[in-house]
Amino acid sequence: MNSLLIADTVSKDFGGFTALNKVSIAVPEGSIFGLLGPNGAGKTTLIRIINQITMPDTGSVTLGGEPLQQHHIRDIGYMPEERGLYKSMKVGEQVLYLAQLKGMSKSEAKKRAKHWFEKLEIGDWWGKKIQELSKGQAQKIQFVVTVMHQPKLLIFDEPFSGFDPINANLIKDEILQLRQEGATVIFSTHRMESVEELCDHIALINKSNKILDGEVNTIKRAYQNNTFDIGVQVFDEDAFAKAQQHLSATFNVTPAQFKSLGNEKKLRVEMGAKGTPNELLKVLQSHGQVTHFVEVIPSVNDIFIKTVSQNR
Amino acid sequence: MSILSLIIKREYIARVRNKSFLIMTFLSPLILVGMIFLISYLTQLNSEDKRTIVVVDDSGKFETVFFNTEQTTYVNLSDQGLEAAKEVANNDSYYGLIHIADAAFDEPNEVVFYGNETPAFGFIGSIEKRIEKKMTDENLIAQGIDLNTLETAKTSIDIQIENFSGETSSKMSNWVKAGFGGAAGYLLMMFIIIYGNMVMRSVIEEKTNRIIEVIISSVKPFQLMLGKILGTTLAGITQFAIWVIVGGILLVTLSAVFGMDATAASAASPAASQAQQIAEDPNMMIELLQEVQKLPLLQLVLGFFIYFIGGYFLYSSIYAAIGAAVDNETDTQQFMLPIIMPLMLAIYVGFFAVIDNPHGTVATVFSIIPLTSPIVMLMRIPFIVPGWQLALSITLLVASFVFTVWFGSKIYRVGILMYGKKPTYKDLIKWLKY
Repeated sequence: MNSLLIADTVSKDFGGFTALNKVSIAVPEGSIFGLLGPNGAGKTTLIRIINQITMPDTGSVTLGGEPLQQHHIRDIGYMPEERGLYKSMKVGEQVLYLAQLKGMSKSEAKKRAKHWFEKLEIGDWWGKKIQELSKGQAQKIQFVVTVMHQPKLLIFDEPFSGFDPINANLIKDEILQLRQEGATVIFSTHRMESVEELCDHIALINKSNKILDGEVNTIKRAYQNNTFDIGVQVFDEDAFAKAQQHLSATFNVTPAQFKSLGNEKKLRVEMGAKGTPNELLKVLQSHGQVTHFVEVIPSVNDIFIKTVSQNR
Repeated sequence: MSILSLIIKREYIARVRNKSFLIMTFLSPLILVGMIFLISYLTQLNSEDKRTIVVVDDSGKFETVFFNTEQTTYVNLSDQGLEAAKEVANNDSYYGLIHIADAAFDEPNEVVFYGNETPAFGFIGSIEKRIEKKMTDENLIAQGIDLNTLETAKTSIDIQIENFSGETSSKMSNWVKAGFGGAAGYLLMMFIIIYGNMVMRSVIEEKTNRIIEVIISSVKPFQLMLGKILGTTLAGITQFAIWVIVGGILLVTLSAVFGMDATAASAASPAASQAQQIAEDPNMMIELLQEVQKLPLLQLVLGFFIYFIGGYFLYSSIYAAIGAAVDNETDTQQFMLPIIMPLMLAIYVGFFAVIDNPHGTVATVFSIIPLTSPIVMLMRIPFIVPGWQLALSITLLVASFVFTVWFGSKIYRVGILMYGKKPTYKDLIKWLKY
């Protein structure tokens, strides 16, 4: 797959504080790319560099194979974490103004705006001022402003923070549809669980350094570690205790937490390369009724914590 | 439409549509004209105050000095003695009592004014003068000098001023020049403070609205800053024009309707009273017009444009940078000093040094230093400034204008994305390196 956006060994230093240290990412065309990391990791700085708000000290960024230039601004739709609109300006005028700043003609902007206003059923807000709208309503306008010029690349910094659940869902659906229509999407967030299900690719950034990147499934596979949550209705308590001891000698066994109706024994068994699921199942079968046997797929959050502690 | 003109247009419309802007625009001339009429009314009222003053003249020589006027009535109680007169003055709540002791001729401190309130300065001054005159006359007579002879011997001369190429000018021309220069300088200062602040507020507004990052991902910070300054300037010019027109119309109509002499209001200041004098005397009026024609008009107009634009942009880019650096208006205070100081300095230098001696060292130096030059040079131009000084001053102004805009946009670029922290001067310096 072609990469739409490539950042190559990008570094940025703010008066002695290194915000980014030789970070490279490649965002495949048509993907949803998660830029993940805790607060202050350098995500926003990287995004600002992509938006040409700040210039990198070293390294380069290319969009569609070309080094970033002024005109690329039109190909990017950016919804920053700190977002807002002119409070005393009318919705329609505001949308048209911001679209024109992105290089659209006024008539074209009007057409696109009408389309989006109909789609989101907000047509009657056109003549209202932002300060007359509720926060959730203003968020919809914000979204329209971000996507209206049909950018190839959409960047959302902390997309769901500050959005109420209904709008968050609506926007999620719209973003997925835009991706269907060919847009590439970058999500940046520190709440990794919120975008995990959406992303095809991720890059983890911690303390100005990229510590991990790649396709989500590949990464998860690499971190899955052959771990299973099991539930067993035990025949003989003593015999099972012995078996559990036996398992603990080879594998890492901890109590597991999951919901069930019975009062089965719940364990999490981390086998690594030392065993196979079938072998484990065989042992369990001989001691009771197996009610639960589920592979534990690591969440991005788990992977992140693991990677950070490994790198320390 | 180009990005810059889009921004200018939006800024202009946003400013002009603003309710407080509209109110200010149309209410200010009303308030100003109202003030003028109020002051002229109050001045009339004030001068209508009648006062009665008791005179106790032990020497008996000053009777002719204290003659009644419209406002002041003198009651001579010399024969009752000081203590009795004091009582009368106090009981009848007269304005005051003047006591001239016998010894006053040898001991000037022996003239005393008694009163419940501190007397008006002008009043005391005029009485002092009259008593002085009378004493001097008495002294002269005592020396055997005939006052009539002295009077005829007195002359008054009016030095004619002419430069080496034969152009004559007059003291009146100095007043005209000072008037023109002062008005231009003052106008520039007002413009900078009013509209510079407006630029600053509009930058802060974008920060507090959190829209800044959305905008900045579409346009360059420099374009935004320039667009803001230009848009606000246009709004300012609109407002100024409306003020002049509405104010003028109001003043003329009101004067006609009420038949009040609005210029009487400003009679308090000597320059204005001279202007009034001029207005009343047709010969002086003609002379005034001639003087105005003699002014270096082309140089004045050109100079006005160059220094007005240069000075305004110089300061408003600083204002924009300050707006970008802070989160709210209260935090701007600490950064205001570098703006207000040179402006005040320029105005003081202008009104004292330039009018006193337009080509003195102080005036010359301050008309070359960039931050003060717009105002001080504007005031000097009517007096004809040597070419090299103009050239040097304009060069420096342009250089520092370019520097401030660069500096301002640098601070602006970093500052607009900084939230939550009140920056210090140290931070600002650090931002320059980002």
